Amino acid sequence: MSAPTLAPAVPEARGRLRLTGIGKTFGGERDRVVALEGVDLDIRPGEFVAVVGGSGCGKSTMLAVAAGLEQPTSGTVTAAGGVALMFQESNLLPWLTAAQNVELALRLRGVDKVERREKARELLGRVKLARHADKRPHELSGGMRQRVALARVLAQEAAIVLMDEPFGALDAMTRDQMHDLIESLWLESGFTVVLVTHNVREAVRLADRSILMGSRPGRVIHTQPNDLPRPRLMDQGPVVAMAADLTRRLREEVADHDDADYFTI
Amino acid sequence: MTTPTTSRSEDAEQVADDVPVVRERPDRSRWARGPLPVLLAVVIFLAVWQVVVWTGWRPQYLLPGPVAVIGELGQLATQPLFWQALARTLLRALVGFALAVGIGTIIGLAAARSALLRAAIGSLVTGLQTMPSVVWFPLAILLLGLGEQAILFVVILGAAPSIANGVLSGVDHVPPAYFRLGKVLGAEGWRLYRFIVIPAALPAYVSGLNQGWAFAWRSLMAGELLVVIPGAVALGNRLAFAQEFGDATGLLAYMLVILVIGMLADLGFSALSRNLRRRRGLAVR
Repeated sequence: MSAPTLAPAVPEARGRLRLTGIGKTFGGERDRVVALEGVDLDIRPGEFVAVVGGSGCGKSTMLAVAAGLEQPTSGTVTAAGGVALMFQESNLLPWLTAAQNVELALRLRGVDKVERREKARELLGRVKLARHADKRPHELSGGMRQRVALARVLAQEAAIVLMDEPFGALDAMTRDQMHDLIESLWLESGFTVVLVTHNVREAVRLADRSILMGSRPGRVIHTQPNDLPRPRLMDQGPVVAMAADLTRRLREEVADHDDADYFTI
Repeated sequence: MTTPTTSRSEDAEQVADDVPVVRERPDRSRWARGPLPVLLAVVIFLAVWQVVVWTGWRPQYLLPGPVAVIGELGQLATQPLFWQALARTLLRALVGFALAVGIGTIIGLAAARSALLRAAIGSLVTGLQTMPSVVWFPLAILLLGLGEQAILFVVILGAAPSIANGVLSGVDHVPPAYFRLGKVLGAEGWRLYRFIVIPAALPAYVSGLNQGWAFAWRSLMAGELLVVIPGAVALGNRLAFAQEFGDATGLLAYMLVILVIGMLADLGFSALSRNLRRRRGLAVR
């Protein structure tokens, strides 16, 4: 499960994502919840950033704001070159086959019929699902469904790809394969990635930069650059060490709240 | 159905990833979904009927047995009158149902898209649905006269609310995640409906159609008993006719025809709904 021929650098930078002073509150006067407060992020084109935090720290809300699914209460979002979002569950449409799910993204971008048929097959090939193009989502395993979702994200040809814990429901082996796949697609295509995860090691495995978030209010508590050589493995010494350090920082943050949420290393 | 092993060879990297979800039930229940249970039920029904006749509870000229009735049905099938009645009734049912589908769907979609409209007509639709459609006939006859229009009017009123409700409940139960997906993929307005909402709402819509059909059929039968148009033979008024002439065998033969049409329609809708659900990997009853 290694990807031996990874290019050393990102070939082409495309999308820059900037969040400035993002605040998001839910509820009314009495039940106000401050989900995000003063979140500033400046993500370089082609950068792979992981956002890590316990559940309830607002990381998914931040992603929804970046994707334009939620309006921030304050602050601005600038995303250059289009945004695609990969969901926690694959969120494939069950009445469509794998290929049709991918084709829908193309169709909604105005790609014509002949071209999108061809393109969908090609994209499924890139996620190694060419042979399952005509299966429906319920006929695929969890990992295969996430790969179809990934092909659909690629079909959007967005410069920025946001991922909301897309590997959370997968077993360790499948997750490792998804890591390799996403890393190689990212290196090939050079899009910007923001990966939200509660798995600290996953963040260190994949990202150029890990951003730790604390809760109540959701905010950035630490930024950890990561230039460990790629490809990395989840159980490599330096990966484990960096993850341990990040975990310690998260623990310190969580210790401030007595109903501490979970996160894993 | 694929076996987990077919994809193993695709790339050596895949290991734990390729075990598709088990979704077929064991063969034991397969026969339960075929035509056999229906046949069995029909046989039991006929047997009970025959037993009641044998008890001599009512003389045979009032309550003939299934053999006599089925014989009478064979007899009827040779007469053009029977086929005229059947054709007229089916035509009324299909036209009324088709109009109800159109009207119910438009009202359902409009109410699904507009909160105001929904609040305004939501409970009205449910109220109409619970109102026995036979109640409408006196008014319909008064307004439209003793004719086809009165019957169609009531058939539509009977069926359209169920269909509108099917649309509404289908749209209501579209998972929020699909709307988020639609937004991310850039599907807005009509395209959101065309590609995501309508297909997602389809199973509930089919249930609404099924229920709408049942109401249409009942309304039609009530209408054909009440609204007798001179010269226009139909299944319902053949019933009334048979009763007046004390023709119990003919009466039961026509009832049997009405029952069979209802069962066939139900089988059709069930098959449609089962097919839809199976394609989506949903549990099949």
